[in-house]
Amino acid sequence: MLKRFITSREALLIGAIILLLALISSRFPGFIAPGNLANVFNDTSPLILLAIGQMIVILTKCIDLSVAANVALSGMVVSMVNVAAPGLPIAFILVIAVGLGTLLGMFNGLLVWKLAIPPIVVTLGTMTIFRGIIFVISDGKWVNSHEMSDAFKAFPRTEILGLPVLGWIAIIAVVGFTVVMTRTTLGRAFYAAGGNPHAATYAGINVGKTQFWAFTISGALAGLTGYLWVSRFAVSYVDIAGGFELDVVAACVIGGVSIMGGIGTVAGALLGALFLGIIKNALPVVDISPFWQLAISGGAIIIAVALNAQSNREKGRIILKRAEQAT
Amino acid sequence: MLKQSDTILPAEGETVDDSVLALDGITKTFPGVKALAEVSLRLFPGKVTALVGENGAGKSTVVKILTGIYQPDGGTILVNGQPTTFRVPQAAADHGVTAIHQETVLFDELSVAENIFLGHAPRGSFGLIDLKTMNSKARQILEEIGAQIDPEHKLKDLGIANKHLVAIARALSIDARVVIMDEPTAALSHKEIEELYELVERLKTQGKAILFISHKFDEIFRIADNYTVFRDGQLIGNGAIADVTEAELVKMMVGRDVSQIFPKRSANPGEVVLKVSDYAHPTEFDGIGFTLRKGEILGFYGLVGAGRSEFMQSLFGITRASGGTVEIEGAPVQIKSPADAVDSGIVYVPEDRGKQGAILDLPIFQNVTLPSLGRISSKGFLKLAEEFKLAREYTERLDLRAASLDTPVGNLSGGNQQKVVIAKWLATKPKVIILDEPTKGVDIGSKAAVHEFMAELAAQGLAVVMVSSEIPEVLGMSDRVIVMREGRIAAELAGDDLQPETLVRHAAGI
Amino acid sequence: MSTTERIVPDRLRSPLEQRLKSWESLLLLVAIGIFVANSFASPYFLNAWNLSDATFNFTEKAMIAFAMALLIISGEIDLSVASIIALASTAMGAAVQIGVGTPGLVMIGLGVGLLCGAFNGVLVTRFGLPSIVVTIGTMSLFRGISFIVLGDQAFKGYPASFSWFGQGYVWWVISFELVLFAIIAVIYAVLLHKTNFGRAVYAIGNNSTGAMFSGIRVSRVKFILFLLTGLMSGIAAVCLTARLGSTRPSIATGWELEIVTMVVLGGVSILGGSGTIIGVVIAAFVMGLVTFGLGLLNVPGIVMSIVIGALLIGVIALPRLWSMWRAR
Repeated sequence: MLKRFITSREALLIGAIILLLALISSRFPGFIAPGNLANVFNDTSPLILLAIGQMIVILTKCIDLSVAANVALSGMVVSMVNVAAPGLPIAFILVIAVGLGTLLGMFNGLLVWKLAIPPIVVTLGTMTIFRGIIFVISDGKWVNSHEMSDAFKAFPRTEILGLPVLGWIAIIAVVGFTVVMTRTTLGRAFYAAGGNPHAATYAGINVGKTQFWAFTISGALAGLTGYLWVSRFAVSYVDIAGGFELDVVAACVIGGVSIMGGIGTVAGALLGALFLGIIKNALPVVDISPFWQLAISGGAIIIAVALNAQSNREKGRIILKRAEQAT
Repeated sequence: MLKQSDTILPAEGETVDDSVLALDGITKTFPGVKALAEVSLRLFPGKVTALVGENGAGKSTVVKILTGIYQPDGGTILVNGQPTTFRVPQAAADHGVTAIHQETVLFDELSVAENIFLGHAPRGSFGLIDLKTMNSKARQILEEIGAQIDPEHKLKDLGIANKHLVAIARALSIDARVVIMDEPTAALSHKEIEELYELVERLKTQGKAILFISHKFDEIFRIADNYTVFRDGQLIGNGAIADVTEAELVKMMVGRDVSQIFPKRSANPGEVVLKVSDYAHPTEFDGIGFTLRKGEILGFYGLVGAGRSEFMQSLFGITRASGGTVEIEGAPVQIKSPADAVDSGIVYVPEDRGKQGAILDLPIFQNVTLPSLGRISSKGFLKLAEEFKLAREYTERLDLRAASLDTPVGNLSGGNQQKVVIAKWLATKPKVIILDEPTKGVDIGSKAAVHEFMAELAAQGLAVVMVSSEIPEVLGMSDRVIVMREGRIAAELAGDDLQPETLVRHAAGI
Repeated sequence: MSTTERIVPDRLRSPLEQRLKSWESLLLLVAIGIFVANSFASPYFLNAWNLSDATFNFTEKAMIAFAMALLIISGEIDLSVASIIALASTAMGAAVQIGVGTPGLVMIGLGVGLLCGAFNGVLVTRFGLPSIVVTIGTMSLFRGISFIVLGDQAFKGYPASFSWFGQGYVWWVISFELVLFAIIAVIYAVLLHKTNFGRAVYAIGNNSTGAMFSGIRVSRVKFILFLLTGLMSGIAAVCLTARLGSTRPSIATGWELEIVTMVVLGGVSILGGSGTIIGVVIAAFVMGLVTFGLGLLNVPGIVMSIVIGALLIGVIALPRLWSMWRAR
């Protein structure tokens, strides 16, 4: 059991993250102070939330490029609701955000499930449509900090035990979805539908419907993140989280999620997101221009996918050896 | 009963009500094809019913209807005499119908226990999967069938035979009353097949009804109690296996008398075309060496997994060999890719036609000319008229049956697809043609045509290598036979040594 | 061995008949419809110079779309094209600063494009990595390098002769870019539909294992396709940089999605194996006309993206919805 863990993808990533932290702290010890680490985690939370959703989608052999646009649209809608009705309790805001995100995810899922349109086409399309809708409903205007109610802005920043609510939500999501993925029928269905769609059909799993649920979950998490994002940054406009879908996919790839489907864990998505989050937060500390971040995450994706392919290739060889012994 | 096999009645002494599962007048139509025309089938508790038929007879359609993948257009499904519908695969499972499929269709990334219980895992608190109960139940079922597998291992860590046992354990886990086995022995070794037979006996004593689909007559006569024969989507006959002979069954299957007669050949080999020495691969085969002459047919026999196909694919440049030499007509050649092999005059007709042999969505003429594009073009520009001329020449030579040359290959029957693949290679004017299980998935009627054609190719001076697992075919066609075992040459046989027992002995290492 | 003489016809349906019932014909009708609608909607539409201006909406993207079409037909994809533009443009901008002249700039632009394409191609064909992930990675990497070089600065000062590639006219309203677009379209149409190479591309896209087993050098073909896509991005970078007269690292942001949309709208299957160049040409005009027409009606760019996104999904969804509805 221990041996299997040490050779696992997650262990490798934990090692890489520890190494990264050690390198940074050797010159800037303050970076690994608990307070700062909590800060880094909190800052990475939106990425963690979205990466979990994306991981589930990729497990089922799909991809969701519309997540960032979903974040922006859900975020814009709740900020406008907040402006229109400042007294509305945060619980309602959360319900609206998650509900809208879920609907947007369901729309993707329906097109994939019922019309069998390739997911990359669907989400490329909805990505531009969602952004366009934001412009239409907001008339291209920003919702600024002073227009938002204090309660609206305070929720994700409220600290509990030294960690803001935003961070706690990410932790709850990680724990919750670990249980969903390992201990529920639906969770196992995601693996089955992506790992071997043909066999899944025979096992009584409706592959299209499973993909639909994956998009729905991704959408719900994007909706939730939408509210958290606009309230944390206290601003909402058309282009928020622009291009963030690529960071999300990058976190998954780095976390060992196979783009071919069927392989990936919540822990992997979490670690992939943390890896990117630490780099992003460390750059200004070690005095490297933030303009390096894009290139670094690009390089990390390429290295990660090359490593993934390497471990898959080893798998092939093992099968051959066994075939030889079996005869 | 046999003579009047067009009318279908329950076998004597059995009434409809005895059957645990029955199909009555089931019809299924696909665009352009009537896959099943009012067929009936009865399965009885504690009995093995063999479903027999050529490819395209409708066997797999029946399996898909029984497991809820397809919905019939007409007719009824009866469970214990009660009409039922299996709208989704889960409904079939709920009625205790389960299937073990040709390729073990399971999930590499899930644990053994999860594979067994996917879709019906035991639930604990909050509706969550109860891992502990699931693992212990899985262990119990695996022990029952004599499998020594840790239920917590991931499936991908298991070998083929163990994966098969997991598939069977899965079938048993749903408390099945009906177990469908779709060509279960196709990928198994002799020992594993024996174990499977024991398992089938055990299932019988537990009162389960078994539908056993197989091509192999020795198997059918060994374990089946009843038989049902389909031909072209129609029910041709059924009854007790004790009342029928192999010849009668074959006649029902093909609708005519077929005795396997191989074409007479006068072996008159010419000079050496291919010489392979010390060919090796790190994990798949080692020390392969032989010569092949013009006009010769060299058979490769061995058990499934003996490394024959792996060696052939390496010789064709798919996988890279780690050592050894290949000479064509005395000159050494370097084969690093299939393109190199084709350039050297070696071509390969793979076993897996749909994935490797043909490009199913492309039209016939484009498939035929694909390796010969250089010959039908000038400076890289295609000449369509020449392309059709070339395609026509070789498809006519093979007597291809098709609506037109721009029909996608996927629309053709297995036998005609095989002709397209062979035509494609003949158009390159090869020196050596390797045929990997050339009659697998080809119906009995077309088999003879393929054999005849192979003989003709050899007579025209082509050097032929044939990989086959069918002993009659190997003995009937080959001038010489190389037997492989565990990735090495176990024996090279010719003349009077070419006896079935000798082949089997060398292949099994006894 | 054949005993009876039979004739298997070459074709059942004539090529003309196939063409009339094709996706491309439908798309052409859509294009004509949009053209007519636009000319009614705005009095400024039917003006030679306005129409000529409108072509700049799609010429640069379409050049890349042709190469992308071949790549997608072969079963791969390149999402890094817009980032290649950024990197090539940055390289040209840096060269301007040290006084490189117009011919040198063009060489640098095309060279960087080729190098980037080769980088993608090596990762995909040599290491066997999935192209969608590789090019999401290089998409960040290439543009990331531009950001490292430029930060929030811009390169300017391109020589006057260089600007002709983006702003020059060959004859009357016919711009250099439009001519280049037409030439490239013809080259790619011939390459895909009339050559051995094009046939290999289709074979690989339908079944790459089968193509390899048929003696096609799959890796080599795919590598060349990545090279071509890189080269076309380099050419587009020259045109775009010349047209804008400056380089920022955010240049051509989001183009990869518009280019993929153009290819898919043109009837190329995103799953590989089928599609035509003429389809992509018509799709380029459709997208250009929509953008231009809505622009004349003062609809903001971001709203046009709704139309483009809806077009992308709609053109695939509607035929499927229609056949589902008919099956009922």
